[in-house]
Amino acid sequence: MGLFDRIKKGLKKTSQVLNTDVRDLFKSEGRLIDEDFLDELRAILFKTDMGYDPAEELVSEVAKGMRGRVVQMQEVIDVLKSKLKELMAQDESPIRFADSGPTIIMVCGVNGAGKTTSIAKLACMFRGQDKSVVLGAGDTFRAAAVEQLGIWADRLGVECIKGPEGSHPATVAYQAVEHAIKSNADVCIVDTAGRLQTQKNLMTELTKIRDSIRKQIPDAPHEVLLVLDATTGQNGISQANNFADAAGCTGIVLAKLDGTAKGGVVVAIRQQIGLPVKYVGVGEQHEDLVLFNPDNFVDEMFDDALAAN
Amino acid sequence: MFESLQDGLSSALKSLSGQGKLTEANMREGLKLVERSLLEADVSFEVARYFMKNVTEKAVGETVLKSLKPQQQVVGIVYQELCDLMGPVDHSLHLKGKNDVTVLMLCGLQGAGKTTTVGKLGKMLKAGQRNPLLVAADLQRPAAIDQLHVLGEQLGLPVYSDREEKDPVKVCNAAIKEAKKLGADVVILDTAGRLHIDEELMGQLERIDKQCSPEQIYLTVDAMTGQDAVNSAKAFNDALEIDGVIMTKLDGDARGGAALSVKHVTGVPIKFMGTGEKLEALEPFHPDRMAQRILGQGDILTLFETAQKEFDQEQMLAQEEKLKKGEFTLDDFRKQMSMIAKPGLMQKMMGMMPGMGQMREAMNDFDESEMKGLFGIIDSMTPAEKANTKLIDQSRRRRIAAGAGCEPHQVNELIKQYDAMAQVMTAMAGKGMRDRMKMMGELQGGLAQGGTLGKQKQHTGKRLSNAQKKNMRKARQEALKKKRKKR
Ligand SMILES: Nc1nc2c(ncn2[C@@H]2O[C@H](COP(=O)(O)OP(=O)(O)OP(=O)(O)O)[C@@H](O)[C@H]2O)c(=O)[nH]1
Ligand SMILES: [Mg+2]
Repeated sequence: MGLFDRIKKGLKKTSQVLNTDVRDLFKSEGRLIDEDFLDELRAILFKTDMGYDPAEELVSEVAKGMRGRVVQMQEVIDVLKSKLKELMAQDESPIRFADSGPTIIMVCGVNGAGKTTSIAKLACMFRGQDKSVVLGAGDTFRAAAVEQLGIWADRLGVECIKGPEGSHPATVAYQAVEHAIKSNADVCIVDTAGRLQTQKNLMTELTKIRDSIRKQIPDAPHEVLLVLDATTGQNGISQANNFADAAGCTGIVLAKLDGTAKGGVVVAIRQQIGLPVKYVGVGEQHEDLVLFNPDNFVDEMFDDALAAN
Repeated sequence: MFESLQDGLSSALKSLSGQGKLTEANMREGLKLVERSLLEADVSFEVARYFMKNVTEKAVGETVLKSLKPQQQVVGIVYQELCDLMGPVDHSLHLKGKNDVTVLMLCGLQGAGKTTTVGKLGKMLKAGQRNPLLVAADLQRPAAIDQLHVLGEQLGLPVYSDREEKDPVKVCNAAIKEAKKLGADVVILDTAGRLHIDEELMGQLERIDKQCSPEQIYLTVDAMTGQDAVNSAKAFNDALEIDGVIMTKLDGDARGGAALSVKHVTGVPIKFMGTGEKLEALEPFHPDRMAQRILGQGDILTLFETAQKEFDQEQMLAQEEKLKKGEFTLDDFRKQMSMIAKPGLMQKMMGMMPGMGQMREAMNDFDESEMKGLFGIIDSMTPAEKANTKLIDQSRRRRIAAGAGCEPHQVNELIKQYDAMAQVMTAMAGKGMRDRMKMMGELQGGLAQGGTLGKQKQHTGKRLSNAQKKNMRKARQEALKKKRKKR
């Protein structure tokens, strides 16, 4: 499956919902843009979880330019698209690889966000690029988390470094990096236990894990990815804020975009914190990961509607 | 974003003070802020709209209370409505007898926290002298079976699993048979997380439901869920007719508006909430706490302070002075009681206060004639008796009873009730607001648990059953609605 097809797969439900709704707004040729219209538009935007301010910003953009006019669907969608693209603009930023030696990636996020699965997907992607991968089973807390990562490692044929029972996650991370250097691996991905961003000591632990990775490679970790569940609402902003503070996140993996949730909170995160989305998870299998591209993301949300018109 | 909803509301509703009634027009700006607050708390857009419509209808026509700031009055109405919508609570697992096997089933999206919740329920049941069997029916996620086994070991609970079997329906069926052999009386099924639009996997859940006929099916919902909560909850409920909801990860800073959304679309009670990773971190769900959380903290405390002010300021000051000196006479007691009994106002404010719902219900059922009876007793006392109840011996008691037209033991009960109140009131004097609130809670608890108020009712032979109370409440609400319509 090509890249765009994959994004399409992940966003299909999203765009279906968005597009049906927008289509409904325009039962006939054109429609008068009045308060009722704007309110319907508001409902559609809110349901993406993009948050109060971005949604209102978009609505007022439409209101400013078009209130009292009878417009074609194309016009409204063009305004929304360009506004959204403006909000989400970023370099297409894949992984920043180390100039020499292994590239170290640390993965963090709240409980159940999809960290371990996303690591498996990343590992699968790197294997596809003929890179050798070492995984570090840094979730020493949750029951059977080490086994979970180990099963993925076996399936993908990559190495997985596990500490002895009860080891500190920083120690496991250190050992994983050590092994990656020794074995000349290209990439080393370190898993961490899920934690809520309000748990101060656990957030400090993340900082410690990062510091212990740094001991052997000063400019590592080269990437710190925050895995965000696409069903997350406005709490995603607090997550991004606090994980960025504690672990120095470099980007987001938006998991579970294959459901009906739209993951729109990344718009607010982008606006307030500036953290870019790097990858999108669109399923439970190891190949279900796509590179995030904001323009495609936005286009895909509305393209079907235009085609149907 | 506003630090507190009140701050925003106070400017939005400034124009309200001095106006007679709340109207749609004079509340518009304020209600917009409430709506914004709900949306920022992740209440689904439609549910927020529906909710605001209700609140507006309720609020329109209310008299603007003199001593409450309009924004407090509006927040009070919103708070009460939130509590009502997220209630009533039902914390029962509806277990059958210990000789039977009760089957509980958990379902939900990936990563919602099912497995941990299964462990927590297991721990709770064990503490309640039950023998639960945990069943690993998540055959999807790598190492999910191991995870449940580790939890079972930690808790000292048996876990049923079959690593060869690929069909979770068969695993569940076999587990229930096994439960009977093991002497387990509760079976908890840990199903795999799935997307609600995955027809194949949803069909699988329906087959488990059909073949294992669980007594209770619970949906676990992540407190951080956004607008999508309505979609998934509805889909799970359509497929399985869930019996309850368990909210997870409420130990974080999510405002948890999903609770309102999920309750709205499913109509089933929210049973428990997960408040930590430890296996004992499962608490009964309380709508009032959740309502405070959704609205943002602090608002309700302010409201309470104002409610206190509703007592006549001067009277309060005089009272305070006397209380500080340790004085709280029967006359003071009479004043307090008559203020509490003022129709409408106090009840309304009690409804606004966290934890005061019970008290309000007690007041609802408080009969005017009963109150008059109490006052009659006090009025039949001499000033000396009122100032010092210790003077009241058997013969005085008989005289007072004759004067008030009641039995002598009722005089006794009144004095006991007064003593209890006097203790609390004098202790309250000079205390901070928080302590006062706590003490009010204690007093309320005391009164609710067979305090004298309750006994009093028994003697009049009018103790109502819960069903009767409910009917009465309904009738009252209906009457209220009619009244509002007329305006
Ligand atoms: N549908 C779907 N499910 C996903 C996706 N990513 C992860 N999952 C599922 O989400 C669940 C939780 O994923 P994990 O990878 O274990 O999440 P985690 O963040 O490591 O969880 P903890 O270590 O328990 O905090 C699993 O059932 C995964 O299969 C995705 O992109 N789409
Ligand atoms: Mg994990």
